Amino acid sequence: MGDKGMVIVGAGEAGVRAAFALRERGYQGTVTLIGDEPHLPYERPPLSKGGEEAETVRAIVANERFAEAGITFLRGHRAISVDPARHALLLEAGETLSYERLLLATGAAPRPFPGIGTSDRIHVLRTVEDASAIRRHMRGDGRLAILGGGFIGLELAAMGRKLGTAVTLFEAQPRVLMRGVPEKLALALQARHAAEGVELLCGVGIETIADGESGVTIGFADGRQIKVDALVVGIGAQPNTRLAAEAGLAIDNGIAVDRHLATSDRHIFAAGDCCSFPVTAYGGRRVRLESWRNAQEQGSVAAANMLGEAASFDAVPWFWSDQYDLTLQVAGLSDGATSTIGRTLSPEAEILFHLDADGRLLAASGLGPGGAVARDIRLAEMLIARGTRPDRAALADPSVKLKSLL
Amino acid sequence: MSTWIDVCDKDEIDEEDVIRFDHDGKSYAIYRSPEDSFHATDGHCTHENVHLADGLVMDDIIECPKHNGRFNYKTGQAKGAPVCVNLKTYAVKVDGGRVFIQVG
Ligand SMILES: Cc1cc2nc3c(=O)[nH]c(=O)nc-3n(C[C@H](O)[C@H](O)[C@H](O)COP(=O)(O)OP(=O)(O)OC[C@H]3O[C@@H](n4cnc5c(N)ncnc54)[C@H](O)[C@@H]3O)c2cc1C
Ligand code: FES
Repeated sequence: MGDKGMVIVGAGEAGVRAAFALRERGYQGTVTLIGDEPHLPYERPPLSKGGEEAETVRAIVANERFAEAGITFLRGHRAISVDPARHALLLEAGETLSYERLLLATGAAPRPFPGIGTSDRIHVLRTVEDASAIRRHMRGDGRLAILGGGFIGLELAAMGRKLGTAVTLFEAQPRVLMRGVPEKLALALQARHAAEGVELLCGVGIETIADGESGVTIGFADGRQIKVDALVVGIGAQPNTRLAAEAGLAIDNGIAVDRHLATSDRHIFAAGDCCSFPVTAYGGRRVRLESWRNAQEQGSVAAANMLGEAASFDAVPWFWSDQYDLTLQVAGLSDGATSTIGRTLSPEAEILFHLDADGRLLAASGLGPGGAVARDIRLAEMLIARGTRPDRAALADPSVKLKSLL
Repeated sequence: MSTWIDVCDKDEIDEEDVIRFDHDGKSYAIYRSPEDSFHATDGHCTHENVHLADGLVMDDIIECPKHNGRFNYKTGQAKGAPVCVNLKTYAVKVDGGRVFIQVG
């Protein structure tokens, strides 16, 4: 390939993995990684999780690794436009970079509550700055409100309780985690939050949010109001597609890529939270995931294809969430499941398997303390990837090793 | 000074599996490979402080239960992101049907 080199926009999980994967695959040309945050690339999951992890920023790679691998990492640099015809990327600082292949790994940004920005008291959570602003409210004796019972909201609620602050969580849906988590496990998590003292209010519509010197006033659909000291809005994230859209690339709930992670311009690839892709294990249905492992795996497949391979991205979706001592892990996508089989590992640990009408395993969700569900979820992921129709009785019987079904 | 510590009966570890072993304030992971050899590493992952004994053993690999970081449990080698620091390994011997590890 020519000397224009490989350029990657976004120094998160996907971008960093791609940069190193290019080198691991023996690419000798220039690799430039551009990130608009002022930090070394860091892991986002610890930002919402309690304990010592939340207190430290965990770098994805040590700084010296960039120099060792010959990767030019431009931190604090924002890419502002792409000219696909000229293979050129313009940075805010005025510099133009030419690329042989470009990877967009721009991630996602928190969805704002309509008309409401952030302030000293109103926060969203995506960055290390957001996390430390939120943690400041968890040290006082005020009340923290969280809008949204998704993973970030629930993890923050757990962290707030661990640090001793009063927490109220509002969810518009009848229960938390309506998307992607079976009701039984979501209700078990709700019960745990209630036992830990979180005031959890589901099915409540919030109409207004008013920021003031002394706190945030939240107005409900029924006219009631409450005042809290701080509010975190955790109502999902939107893919960062502006660069791609302005360059004329196809957008479909994210930067639309094919199974090789190529965009509608064959010299430009996309990976991670910013892209939607056909999920091959599920008939090519287009999805966008916000998951840590997905971002890494896509970064590495995109790197292979930037170098001219035709690797297909076919991983089974997987994610985890930690709340208190409980870990939730989900492998696969349960849409289209017609039956569910439970496997009780202990009084606190359970796996639910979701099967379609033909008995094919589509997804498995597990909740339990520590690593209790991990091994079975990992094996379920392999069974899903192979399109297995496992024996139902074996799935339900914890004394049968799932490994024996592979 | 290094000493051999008695861990367990060899049949307490299934083939291609792992158990946790705690001794003198430290925690280890003890493995039995598909070829029926025995191995030992530090108990905790080098990414976060998570015990590997809940992980999955496949051939020479132990996969961390938390984020699926992979190590070769025979050499301790980290097999790539998210784990980049190798695991410490310990010598193991089987004597009279008992498994011993060498610590210190
Ligand atoms: C608080 C929190 C907790 C999470 N917990 C979990 C969890 O427990 N389990 C799980 O599976 N997943 C979790 N996730 C999701 C996971 O962290 C993401 O899926 C992952 O970070 C996505 O990686 P990415 O590289 O696609 O995007 P990002 O990590 O968002 O990286 C994209 C980077 O690109 C930069 N960027 C964007 N536009 C430009 C531009 N024009 N120029 C330069 N730079 C640009 C952004 O600032 C950002 O630094 C969590 C996410 C958050 C926010
Ligand atoms: S804790 Fe082991 S891979 Fe993260």
